Amino acid sequence: MDLTVKPEYRQFRDEVRAFLADNLTADLREAGRLATSVFHDVERSMAWQKILHKKGWAAPHWPKKFGGTGWDVVQRAIFAEESLQADAPAMIPMGLHMCGPCIIGCGTQEQKDYYLPRILSGEDFWCQGYSEPGAGSDLASLQTFAESDGDHYIVNGTKIWTTYAHYANKIFCLVRTNKNCKPQEGITFLLIDMNTPGITVEPIIGLDLVREQNTVFFDNVRVPKANVVGKENDGWTVAKYLLMFERGGQEYAPALFHGLEKVKEIAAQEFGSFGGRLADDKTFMRKVAEVEIEVTALEFTENRIKAALGSGQSPGALASMTKILGTELSQRITELAIEAVGVYGLPQQVDAIQPGANLPFVGPEYALTAMPRYLNTRATTIYGGSNEVQRGIIAKMVLGL
Amino acid sequence: MNFDLSEEQQMLVDSIGKFLKNDYDFEVRRKLAKSELGFSRDNWKTYAELGWLSVPFSADNGGFGGSTVDLMLMHEQFGKAMVVEPLIPTLILGGRLIELLGSAQQKETLLSAVIQGELQLALASNERIARNNPAIVGTTATAAGSDYVLNGEKIVVLNGAAADKLLVTARTSGAVDAADGISVFLVDANAPGIERTGYATVDGLRAADIRFTHVKVSAANLLGTAGAALEAVETVLDEATLALCAEAVGAMDVMYKTTVEYCKTRKQFGTPIGKFQVLQFRMVDMFIAHEQSKSMIYMAALRALEGRDAARKAISAAKVQIGKSSRKVGQEAIQLHGGMGMTDELNVGYYFKRVTAFDALFGNVDFHLERYTQVA
Repeated sequence: MDLTVKPEYRQFRDEVRAFLADNLTADLREAGRLATSVFHDVERSMAWQKILHKKGWAAPHWPKKFGGTGWDVVQRAIFAEESLQADAPAMIPMGLHMCGPCIIGCGTQEQKDYYLPRILSGEDFWCQGYSEPGAGSDLASLQTFAESDGDHYIVNGTKIWTTYAHYANKIFCLVRTNKNCKPQEGITFLLIDMNTPGITVEPIIGLDLVREQNTVFFDNVRVPKANVVGKENDGWTVAKYLLMFERGGQEYAPALFHGLEKVKEIAAQEFGSFGGRLADDKTFMRKVAEVEIEVTALEFTENRIKAALGSGQSPGALASMTKILGTELSQRITELAIEAVGVYGLPQQVDAIQPGANLPFVGPEYALTAMPRYLNTRATTIYGGSNEVQRGIIAKMVLGL
Repeated sequence: MNFDLSEEQQMLVDSIGKFLKNDYDFEVRRKLAKSELGFSRDNWKTYAELGWLSVPFSADNGGFGGSTVDLMLMHEQFGKAMVVEPLIPTLILGGRLIELLGSAQQKETLLSAVIQGELQLALASNERIARNNPAIVGTTATAAGSDYVLNGEKIVVLNGAAADKLLVTARTSGAVDAADGISVFLVDANAPGIERTGYATVDGLRAADIRFTHVKVSAANLLGTAGAALEAVETVLDEATLALCAEAVGAMDVMYKTTVEYCKTRKQFGTPIGKFQVLQFRMVDMFIAHEQSKSMIYMAALRALEGRDAARKAISAAKVQIGKSSRKVGQEAIQLHGGMGMTDELNVGYYFKRVTAFDALFGNVDFHLERYTQVA
């Protein structure tokens, strides 16, 4: 047991840092710096993906033979940390982190050959059709029905909370193909072209007044059966595989440390109520320290999981633990940030932080993002399997309750 | 000990409750918040006719002579409907400061206009360097003949854009953080040298950043004695804090009840989610947080009658308790509503944003904890 970093990793970090310094334009860094959600500005994010793709770095977590980097977990973490430090726009996850791994794990050779290069290049933009108005935490109760019609399905139903559906040309869906069995057994994982007749997309405006999500309606939408990933009625297995990636594929600690650094930077600039700077206020800084200690614990929990994964084990239900810790700590950090910016969290100026907006605003720039982030981050404990559902998974799978 | 309302108090609460029920539902509020002005001048006229605008002022000044208890009861009702009309800025921060500092003539002309609904006010006191501490004032008022000249910048001034007149704290002497040397000036909001940048706030109200560049004010518009205004400014900020606490308690009341109703009807895993014990316990905690907070506004309103130090300590205690509780209740309300709580559609998100803004105003939990320990 030791914490020494192998020299080759230091070299790797230098290489990544140099690449980011050379390729991240001011415009791209602005998009990363002003992002208030895990879903960054589409235009800048896709532009950055193209640059990364050219270098072969768009999919650090994919196997090399499918266009990934072949990096190990340590290298992937270094890349993620350096990207955060440099304010790089984050990759939009639905294609690279969700649908892609799913096709790699469960797709046919034809599906791999066709879809994976298009995900890497950004030619296809995917969105995720899982939740329904009546099926949120209880995903298996979904009702969108795909009726067999020769070598096609006819799909009817409604998907909700579909992030960036208004940009997407593809959607991967869970649909019901059998109503006469246990809920989990009649579900199929289906790839659908958003340009198919019968699909309509309606916006959902968030608390932060930003349109991120949508409702997607399917009215007699014809989908070739060749678009099934895995087997018909075996979509739940595919979905669980994907959720593993959604939950376990990411590390929270680097972004949390980054968020804490930003809070400290704000505290150094804001004035205190009783003299000095906010950074001199012990009450506030103790709260920052408390969160930092919890993030440190999570960092090492994630390191332990990473080490286990390195020797070929699956994170399993532990991914639920890091999801709970990572999202709840991220909420506390955004809370510290709104406390730090004080009354300048109040002006409603979300238009001014859209990349390239160049609108006038009141207060310091760092205050612009604090409140939208606080509001947006409330969703993290709800989506991707609510934290209540995650705790249920640990109770059942780990504790055997 | 008795927490019953007097007949007059019951009438006041009933009259506000009735108006809000009939004429101020969520959709009405949402439209008003999005309108250009951000509130309704017609409603303001109605409030004047119903006598609500006279509540905080003494009978000598044409008011109802209401106490801090009346103020608290009134604003708890306003909080339930998230009323957007600028009652706190105009009546308390502006009107009450005139009542405390103004000359007989200033009181007569200005307060009657306020009570009749014809004058909008705002208190421009907070600054970037002050972080809600009214004793830290960087804005200066320099004597020039029989006039003063104001220079400085005030931030997030509630009702700053719609106000006809501004009450501005400025330093006539002393160091930037000295308790002595702070004066209040009454200036026309459109006077030369005043630059106002108005905006909506995250909770659907209106505020402005205001810059004063060589703004001339005649000595006649100095309120009270030069350099001796801090105590009065602190008093109205405390009264405003109490009113705001009461509004937050009203908002918490709606949030926990709405969440309970939602969890009774929302079904997942074949059962209403309110049947899950883990969620029941959390809603019980929301209920308890609301009851504790309500106790604190009663405590603070009553202790405030016992004098300045008692008022300061009690109001800081209330702001701490309600700051923590309202954040907790708000966050749980969103979480238990799931995705729906994250949308701009349901009222719960609006209440959540309202209580989020609440903590930042007039000093947050940390500020009032510190002040609580400082007051004997």
